[in-house]
Amino acid sequence: MSNEIKGSRVRGQGPAPAGFKQGSEVRRALNKFYDRAFSVVGLIATMVGLAVLLTLLIDVFMDGASRLGWQFLTSYPSRKPEQAGILSAWVGTVWVMALTFIIAFPLGVAAAVYLEEYSKKNWLRDFIEINIANLAGVPSIIYGLLGLGLFVRALSLDRSVISGSATIALLVLPIIILSTREALKAIPPSIREASYALGASKWQTISYQVLPAAMPGILTGTILAMSRAIGETAPLITIGALTYVAFLPTSPISSEFPFLSLRGLFDAFSVLPIQIFNWVSRPQKGFFTNAAAGIIVLLIITFLMNGIAVWLRHKYQKRIRW
Amino acid sequence: MYKRFRVKEKIIEGALFLSALSSVFVTFGIIAVLFFETYEFFKEVSIIDFLIDTQWTPLFAEKHFGILPLFAGTFLSTAIAMAVSLPIGLISAIYLSEYASEKLRTAIKPILEVLAAVPTVVYGYFALLFVTPILQKLVSGLSGFNSLSPGIVMGIMIIPIIASLSEDAMHAVPMSLREGALALGSTKFQVSIKVVLPAAFSGIAASFILGVSRAVGETMIVAIAAGQQPRLTLNPLVPIETVTAYIVQVSLGDTPTGTIEYKTIFAAGMSLFVVTFFLNMISYWLKKRFREEYE
Repeated sequence: MSNEIKGSRVRGQGPAPAGFKQGSEVRRALNKFYDRAFSVVGLIATMVGLAVLLTLLIDVFMDGASRLGWQFLTSYPSRKPEQAGILSAWVGTVWVMALTFIIAFPLGVAAAVYLEEYSKKNWLRDFIEINIANLAGVPSIIYGLLGLGLFVRALSLDRSVISGSATIALLVLPIIILSTREALKAIPPSIREASYALGASKWQTISYQVLPAAMPGILTGTILAMSRAIGETAPLITIGALTYVAFLPTSPISSEFPFLSLRGLFDAFSVLPIQIFNWVSRPQKGFFTNAAAGIIVLLIITFLMNGIAVWLRHKYQKRIRW
Repeated sequence: MYKRFRVKEKIIEGALFLSALSSVFVTFGIIAVLFFETYEFFKEVSIIDFLIDTQWTPLFAEKHFGILPLFAGTFLSTAIAMAVSLPIGLISAIYLSEYASEKLRTAIKPILEVLAAVPTVVYGYFALLFVTPILQKLVSGLSGFNSLSPGIVMGIMIIPIIASLSEDAMHAVPMSLREGALALGSTKFQVSIKVVLPAAFSGIAASFILGVSRAVGETMIVAIAAGQQPRLTLNPLVPIETVTAYIVQVSLGDTPTGTIEYKTIFAAGMSLFVVTFFLNMISYWLKKRFREEYE
């Protein structure tokens, strides 16, 4: 065997003995076969994910499409599957997402701007960087425990919208920081130098030149982070978001003076993925249909957000050539 | 005028610095909360029992606090997930990096990312109501809740992590290494297996460990489809409970603060945090080393 391999290595250096040549022919044919076989196996393996995704979508759609409708979107959960709906769940999701954005976006962008534009390369920056990389990998349920210990108990915010939003905001913070830094890195130094040359200060340069130029990239990352946040279930269950909610958080707009109310922040809530989880874990079959219908709504929102992010990235990647 | 300008700049820089520090506060917050409640927990339960007792029954009358059954569940579902995602993810990565045309590559990658964007509660539904019934027809003795089905589905969810990161690592291997091997008469397959794969090894290992970390921390799929029975077993056909699923189970019930049940979820969370922390650090280090090798 080892002779044959040696034979193939010195191929082309004068005539090889007959036995050698035959061996290397077989070897070469075999290698070619492996090569061809892998190009098929590889394609199949790559398609596995795709096939499962399609199966999942078709399965969920077949199970739940019949349940979708106006009534489903405008009803509270109920003990009777055919009367139950996702009103409190999707309103809760809108609340939590809006607040998460309000908390995490400014904080994340500010942190990224500091790390990318201000900080010098020293131990502190290395420490913060390792720290963010590690936070991005902490399981989401751990954030739930943090929220439970910090917001729900220590700050006595209870199982409220604000507790949930703050928890999710901390969860998506590392993702927003990392993607914002990427966006800032893509802005060439010449833009900054031109601004300084015109006499602008550092902050003027950042706020008038760098941030606007990086905004599409920042938004892409943020939308992706939010699309992940919208499906997060475990941390909200851990902080004690309710699984059965037959009311809505107090509306932020009221008819009486001062017309704006923040009471909703402190109301109990549920979100779409928790409602789905609740329905999946019930024994009655009717609730499975509801879960599937809820999943269709959740997936539509998730894919829509992902689509917008990809579109944004694509659009600006093409147009801007520094 | 100029001075006021400078002061404003300094204030802004300070505010930005505090924002950057916020991530450090989050880490300290996590460690403080976990540590505090875990400390309270170990006042009542001996750490030896926690580590070697083979039963986990904090919710029963006769209480046992051995974390092993929960970690057995986590280990089992993670092992199944990796057995699915590692070969498929790695083969996809080799195919995309070495064989596929640029066109196919740019078309497939975003679709794979969609797999990672699907909320995990959706995968849980899929595991419980689609995969398990199919597996029950193929595997006799498979119970309605088991670790096999959520393990497989978790594996599918992790494919994009392995495929995408490994592909990045292989893509970063210098072309000259491939050309050298091709010039010696190797086939593409030989180049992929004997040159690119070893050269990209630390990047691939990083992706694998990141995948393990994701599987260990994954919650909803196992909470929905694996059952709620802590069991020290490696049998994939029976109901089990993972560390994460236990935290969900207790959180769903109305457990008052200060009770031992309440403290158990922090002790469980602390163990989970320690495990994933080490996995993430190893992965981070491997990735960094790989970057230094070629860039």
